[in-house]
Amino acid sequence: MYIIVVGGGKVGYYLAKELLEAGHELVILEKNAGRARQIADELGSIVLNRDGCEGKYLAEAGANRASIICAVTGDDDDNLVVCQMAKHHFDVPRTIARVNNPRNEDLFHHLGVDEIISPTRMALASIEQDIPVHELLHLAQLKGGEMELVEAQIAEGSPALGRKPTDINLPEGSSLFLLLRGNNVQPVRPDTVFQAGDKVLAVAKGETGEDVLRRELIGDNEPVVSAS
Amino acid sequence: MRAVIVGCGRVGAGLAERLARAGHEVTIIDLNSDAFSRLEPDFPGQAIRADGTDEDVLRRVGTDTADWFYALTEGDNRNAFAAQMAAESFGVDNVVAKINDPVRAEAYTDLGIATICRTRLLVDALARYSGLPADPGADGVRRADRPHDHHAPSTVTGLGNRVEPVQQES
Repeated sequence: MYIIVVGGGKVGYYLAKELLEAGHELVILEKNAGRARQIADELGSIVLNRDGCEGKYLAEAGANRASIICAVTGDDDDNLVVCQMAKHHFDVPRTIARVNNPRNEDLFHHLGVDEIISPTRMALASIEQDIPVHELLHLAQLKGGEMELVEAQIAEGSPALGRKPTDINLPEGSSLFLLLRGNNVQPVRPDTVFQAGDKVLAVAKGETGEDVLRRELIGDNEPVVSAS
Repeated sequence: MRAVIVGCGRVGAGLAERLARAGHEVTIIDLNSDAFSRLEPDFPGQAIRADGTDEDVLRRVGTDTADWFYALTEGDNRNAFAAQMAAESFGVDNVVAKINDPVRAEAYTDLGIATICRTRLLVDALARYSGLPADPGADGVRRADRPHDHHAPSTVTGLGNRVEPVQQES
């Protein structure tokens, strides 16, 4: 598979290294000459000292035969432009962008970026996991962001206490599927009765799904840490 | 009408002055407050030091109620990004991005963003001055090739918008 990586910072460098070790063909576009030389010293002649935002240089790098383009510079605007040029000018089938400001994620999806990597979002998610919060934890995005894998903790005061999954009215496309109780992991069954301390993994479809899950499983507790 | 301008360089400041003096409500944004020295001391609009590619900033300055949005920083990508945010996230009808790389300008016109490309305008002006025929694509702001539906589903891969010339206030 031929992969183009735009941006030779830490993310681009280690990404390229792993991909090369996995046997893929790739090229890195890095506009800073010093940095480009440094990467070439480490990884060999797979670096083009060019600005990956320029159509001309994407063409030089063989964008028209690339299967994937990964835009992982530190600037959201550059990453968006790289992906849009790749997609619309060179018909690259799969575009992946690093997004630094989590607020930009929706816009990127909307503008046709196929996959989004959000270091900020990931760090937020781990912080949320470390602190006892009464919020939905976002674990992963499914189907390009349309659905979200979330975890809800059933605390004292939760409206779900003592209720069964069948008592909870969820909107279409959202579901409860895994129960973490003590050291046990089990599927959520129709006869499961929720107890304080349970953690429930669920799939939420859209904001409506999240709102209903929050209302039904968590209740009106003030969030301790919020993602937004 | 209300206009939001991102980038207070010579072009941004010049346009802000013209629009504001013509009686329009103008907000101009730049990351660097020194840039505002390009405005006249009695500039009748609003100048805000902030990042014009940040959605929260654009919301705060009321981009959702703007009739016009101009992305005029010195960075082509920043302009392409801010312009698409204005069109897509805030539903602004008339959005123009300054994109000086002719290839990228062309690409974004295809994607439905009106663009102005300084390189192409200057090359054409100089070529015409030298007696060569005019480049038909270099006559000012290039309108987007197709109309834009702000509320299109997320499968949309590009944008479009309608561009009308600025009305002269008499």
